[in-house]
Amino acid sequence: MKESLTHIFLDAFLINNFVLCVFLGMCSFLGLSAKFATAWRMGVSVMFVITVSSALSYAINLLLVVLHAEYLRIIIYIVIIAATVQLTEMFIKKASPALFRELGVYLPLITTNCAVLAVPLFQTARNYNFVQSTVFSIAASGGYCAALVLLSLVRERVGLSDVPDLAKGTAMTLVLAAILSMAFMGFGGMGNGG
Amino acid sequence: MSEISCHGSGETAITAEGNPFRNGLWKQNPVFVMVLGMCPTLAITNSVRNAVSMGLATTFVMVCSYGLISMIRTLIPKQVRIATYIAILATAVTVVDYLVKAISIPIYVALGAYIPLIVSNCLTLERAEAYAGKQPVIKSMLDGLGMGCGFTIALIMLGAVREVLGAGTFLGVHLFGSHFEPWVLFLLPPGGFISLAMWLLVFAAWKERSAKRAAAAQEEAAA
Repeated sequence: MKESLTHIFLDAFLINNFVLCVFLGMCSFLGLSAKFATAWRMGVSVMFVITVSSALSYAINLLLVVLHAEYLRIIIYIVIIAATVQLTEMFIKKASPALFRELGVYLPLITTNCAVLAVPLFQTARNYNFVQSTVFSIAASGGYCAALVLLSLVRERVGLSDVPDLAKGTAMTLVLAAILSMAFMGFGGMGNGG
Repeated sequence: MSEISCHGSGETAITAEGNPFRNGLWKQNPVFVMVLGMCPTLAITNSVRNAVSMGLATTFVMVCSYGLISMIRTLIPKQVRIATYIAILATAVTVVDYLVKAISIPIYVALGAYIPLIVSNCLTLERAEAYAGKQPVIKSMLDGLGMGCGFTIALIMLGAVREVLGAGTFLGVHLFGSHFEPWVLFLLPPGGFISLAMWLLVFAAWKERSAKRAAAAQEEAAA
């Protein structure tokens, strides 16, 4: 089936938002969304890693298919991701030491973010070509970034209000995520008309 | 804890912590206490059957890979340990991927991308780093088994709530007869968040109650 690029974009960004509808990248979504400042930095660096590793995985997958070594896919993809994270770390360290200090702890964590591994797996499973994969990776990671930023903004507001002691912490965050997720369900019908 | 002291004093550290199997099962339950491994917890629990299969797959990966990691823990250079853990985990996950496909195609389809994603489940890597990389083989495998079973129990608890409320069934058996109007929201993504939040609230309330009771008992003893 040939999917249009707009459809791929809308699908990954809103309709099947990676975080709120497909449940990927949950740990960082719940863990790093307490402050807006860290949330958007994390979101942007994840976007970068996903876009780069998706393109690399696409190229290496072609090689794996030629060699009939598809069973190595999971291992190769995770190695690519780890390498990309390492590269990003080195790049940011050189380009902006100040940003590196702020992101420091979070950068290695990107390796174990399942949203990052899911993008190459999904693009392989859906037989996307290179352009489609790139659009898909940008949309999916953009959706991750958007969800993270949205939740962090809501959490900053909730931090100022009076929450029952029992519900403080993870339970409250989960309820907020549920409400956001319900809001994103509203996008469900989009793209079906065309 | 420093790297060197852990290899030597594993024995004493463990007796202080208690039995590694029971520890993971409830006291440090990966989902309800440590809040790790959230992606499959929320995504796969829309039916009890899926929850059980996901839990077993994760348990298998953890037991096998922790045994291996623990066996070669002294050979792994400290700088590349995370990469080594991930490579071992990815191998075990590849095995599970083919195993599930061979056992049951419907389950394989239902779990979908979440089987390969066991690699980047933060639970599996966290335990490898925190436990298997420092402890002897049998204990690491027991820890993997305990954590895996605790994970499975948590998934079943969530899956049961979601399946009963969202579809009116338990393991596919209808519970309420034909008048029951399914609460479909619980099968959809928001239901996952809500049911986990509810379980966490229940446990928080329970903990508070037992803490109050303990305090009351202490006061009584003092008086």
